[in-house]
Amino acid sequence: MSTDYLDDSTNPHGTTDSEEFVTATIDGQLFGIPVLSVQDVLGPQNLANIPLAPPEVAGSLNLRGRIVTAVDLRRRLGLDPADREKSMSIVVDHHGELYSLLIDEVGEVLSVPVQDHERNPPTLDPRWREVSAGIYRLDGRLMIVLQVERMIDFVKVAAAA
Amino acid sequence: MDELLSEFLTETSESLATLDLELVKLEQEPNNPSLIDNIFRLVHTIKGTCGFLGLPRLEAVAHSSENVLGKVRDHELEVTPQAVSLILSSLDRIKDLLATLEETEAEPDGDDGDLITQLDAMAAGELAPVAEAAEPEAPAEPDIEVAELQRELKPGEVSLEELERVFQETEVEEAAPSPVESTPAAVAPKPAASAQETAPKAAEAAGKDKSGESSVANQSIRVSVDLLENLMTMVSELVLTRNQLLQMVRGHADSEFKVPLQRLSHVTTELQEGVMKTRMQPIGNAWAKLPRIVRDLSLEVDKKIDLQMLGSDTELDRQVLELIKDPLTHMVRNSADHGLEIPADRLAAGKPEVGKIVLNAYHEGGHIIIEIKDDGRGIDVARLRQKMLDTGIASEAELEEMSDQQIQKQIFAAGFSTAEKVTAVSGRGVGMDVVRTNIEKIGGTIDLKSVWGRGSTFTIKIPLTLAIVSALIVECCSDRFAIPQLSVVELVRASKESEHRIEMINETPVLRLRNRLLPLVYLGDCLNLADAENHKLTEGAEVFVVVTQVGTYTFGIVVDRVFDTEEIVVKPVAPILREISMFSGNTILGDGSVIMILDPNGIAASTNDVSVGESAGAAEERVQASAAADTTSILVFRAGNEQPKGVPLSLVARLEEIDVDSVEKSNGQLVVQYRGKLMPLVKMSDDYDLRETGRQPILVFADGEHSMGLVVDEIVDIIEDRMDIELSSARKGYLGSAVIDGKATDMIDVGHFLTKAFSDWFGLNETGAFGHAQARKLLLVDDSPFFRNMLTPLLEVAGYQVTVAGDADEALALRESGAAFDCIISDIEMPGMSGFELAEQLKSDGLWQQTPIVALTSHVDPEDFERGRKVGFSDYVGKFDRDALLTTLSETLAEKANVA
Repeated sequence: MSTDYLDDSTNPHGTTDSEEFVTATIDGQLFGIPVLSVQDVLGPQNLANIPLAPPEVAGSLNLRGRIVTAVDLRRRLGLDPADREKSMSIVVDHHGELYSLLIDEVGEVLSVPVQDHERNPPTLDPRWREVSAGIYRLDGRLMIVLQVERMIDFVKVAAAA
Repeated sequence: MDELLSEFLTETSESLATLDLELVKLEQEPNNPSLIDNIFRLVHTIKGTCGFLGLPRLEAVAHSSENVLGKVRDHELEVTPQAVSLILSSLDRIKDLLATLEETEAEPDGDDGDLITQLDAMAAGELAPVAEAAEPEAPAEPDIEVAELQRELKPGEVSLEELERVFQETEVEEAAPSPVESTPAAVAPKPAASAQETAPKAAEAAGKDKSGESSVANQSIRVSVDLLENLMTMVSELVLTRNQLLQMVRGHADSEFKVPLQRLSHVTTELQEGVMKTRMQPIGNAWAKLPRIVRDLSLEVDKKIDLQMLGSDTELDRQVLELIKDPLTHMVRNSADHGLEIPADRLAAGKPEVGKIVLNAYHEGGHIIIEIKDDGRGIDVARLRQKMLDTGIASEAELEEMSDQQIQKQIFAAGFSTAEKVTAVSGRGVGMDVVRTNIEKIGGTIDLKSVWGRGSTFTIKIPLTLAIVSALIVECCSDRFAIPQLSVVELVRASKESEHRIEMINETPVLRLRNRLLPLVYLGDCLNLADAENHKLTEGAEVFVVVTQVGTYTFGIVVDRVFDTEEIVVKPVAPILREISMFSGNTILGDGSVIMILDPNGIAASTNDVSVGESAGAAEERVQASAAADTTSILVFRAGNEQPKGVPLSLVARLEEIDVDSVEKSNGQLVVQYRGKLMPLVKMSDDYDLRETGRQPILVFADGEHSMGLVVDEIVDIIEDRMDIELSSARKGYLGSAVIDGKATDMIDVGHFLTKAFSDWFGLNETGAFGHAQARKLLLVDDSPFFRNMLTPLLEVAGYQVTVAGDADEALALRESGAAFDCIISDIEMPGMSGFELAEQLKSDGLWQQTPIVALTSHVDPEDFERGRKVGFSDYVGKFDRDALLTTLSETLAEKANVA
């Protein structure tokens, strides 16, 4: 699949041989978001409900005067909805709009060597494959690289499906 | 210094700086059309402004440059370094002139004949690729002969052009003159070099201006809206923090922080207001220049123009204001220049000598509407058609398919001009194209209505997105929402015990409000809020009805609670939520919470099959041509048999259920005691009986003193649909059948039943065969809404197209708007201007002089009859005599046809 090669683009410069990711866990699985696309990391927030919104949209919140749309990554990945009382979130910028990705927990910032990158296994659940830009083999665990664009374009995905 | 002049200086120097850059770019990419367009527009703008401000030297130079650029744009000239240099040198000249202008507030003496000669020669394609032109120094000496220049510009042209530029100047972006060369072979020997030379020079000149005497530019600072936006965000943060602090201190009685905090609080509030103010401006600011422009223009072209500006305190986001300023100015000038005729023509056309241009700005349904209306000659569709054919924009067959309105819209297309020849003012095809582009840039739309001979109306609609609005904050199912205050008509508290309670007609909630039934919408249902059902079922709970108006459609939104109103800045929702039509945006409230803004249009549309968005603009369209495209709320019920029956909801005063036992008989008539009076009950037919026991639903019709109950079996529904009566009925009591909600429905003739109850309600009760009148247009003027509602369907079923007016003023307004009718039916007794006076006025002058008028009155006496004839009524009919009315109408119309 051609999308499997997209991971190259997550390397901001293509020259260094390691990449930095903000890590997060969802349902026990480690995910990485390219550090340069992360705007903020937030603790549990009060979310305003948005009626009629797609189920993946958890609500909206006020981040220093800007309205941020919260996306429930658990739902996006086909898991049970997030516990809003406890969920942390990672705020990313997508075409000038801010989105807050609800996750279970935020981890550390990891710098990983590019050669540890692996394509998505073709057997991966399509919902996951769609948002994954590949896998990193870490010490003892695997980290899925999240494609921020894909996480947010679920409306289109849903419509196309 | 004159405000106009200083503004001109600031803007022109900005334009010039951009032009320098653009021109150099053009030299590198000579075939980039958008670059050329941009340059052309900028120069055009400068030219127009100079002319307007009475700066002949500047204007002459700019005009000639523009000519050259025009040729480039039309591919008649090629972009060569010489040409670029020449234009750049003319820019330098303009800069020199501006510098003097700023110092002395007057143009320096002298003349630019040399430069102009070169430019003209180039425009004419005569200029050899000689290098002189390319030398930037050449144009710098201002002193030569004015003669050439003067020749070229006739007085009238000059001023008009100038005006045009003034408009465009306001936009000031970057107009770069691009020079063109006629001789294609002449590739300049040192193109790059000369261009580079010129640019620094220009910069130098600009630099001089600034350091030296550019005090004007220092009077005001241009700040980017982004910066303001940022400031605003920071201030909001500050406000939030202050609020938190205040809350904390409130807990402690004697805190040492109290006093400083109070001070902080004050300062914060002032700061917030200040920052808000920087963004909001009344639209009047954008109009301030117009009166002068129109005045000067009216002198130039020898027209009498009355400019009226309404709603000038409507506030606009600064950003929006900046963007619509130039289009507006341009359009007004257009109206004055092209729209209005010269006085002689106006008089000949039976119009007042003084032409009128009306500007009107107001909020409507989440938009700001700006209208520019003139009563001039309108747009000649035939000529547009021809022009489109000639220029190959459309083929004959395509034109056939297009409506007049579609053809009229062609004036917004780029490069399209109907002007016969290019003058300084117009005809270059820049105008309306620019206007449209600018408006669309901010997500607005522009529409045009024009009636040949009666004038044109341009309507600009700008979305709320950038504006600050006041919104009502409501709560439903423990979520809060904002409803734009503009669409809220009133608030009603409804509970089981109170005077207002929500009643159901077959699951459809309605509210009685001042003798009308108001359709209701539960917000919880609309938004699919989880516990909406529970809420609705909570018996006796107190709810609030937000009476909302969208266009002509009024409905109630049921919410749980109503809070305060708050000023909000509407922010667009995230792209992934744009699909949801219920929301027009979201915002952050003073307490920091995020809240969705409801879009009444969306709510109305979702609960209603008809597109309410259309009916929003319908009010005026109905005026123009009542094409019966409007929908009516129709109450559907059953009586006697299974066949559904319908009646316009607006005729029904109330729905009641009466106890059958309370029905009495008086004088052979069924009556019931109702609200302290006896109300007659009427049955759908004689062989139809009341129920034996229990409660019987009735429809109450009322007009002034009288009310009457129509006995029915069951109220089925209220449906919003068109009422096109398709089959006229010979049966008494029925107007005919219409398809309502997909079912054939008998439309009852309320008049028939009214006469059964009160013989004096209407005289006759016959629903005979009506005269043939193929979609004749009637205007019905009557102050009683009841009679209007009553007569309209009656006349429509007889084949007339009916437009209604509530009083004489409304009728006169229709005349002003250019509506035409075959016949006018007018009541005599009306508040304000009576029917006699109206007739007198209509017959004395104007469009409707030849239109027959039939009087409608409740009492006919010979004296009135005589008076009516004298003032010009063609005939005279009793109000209750419906047959006579129809007969009279067909006679009158036949007579008119014969005369014609």
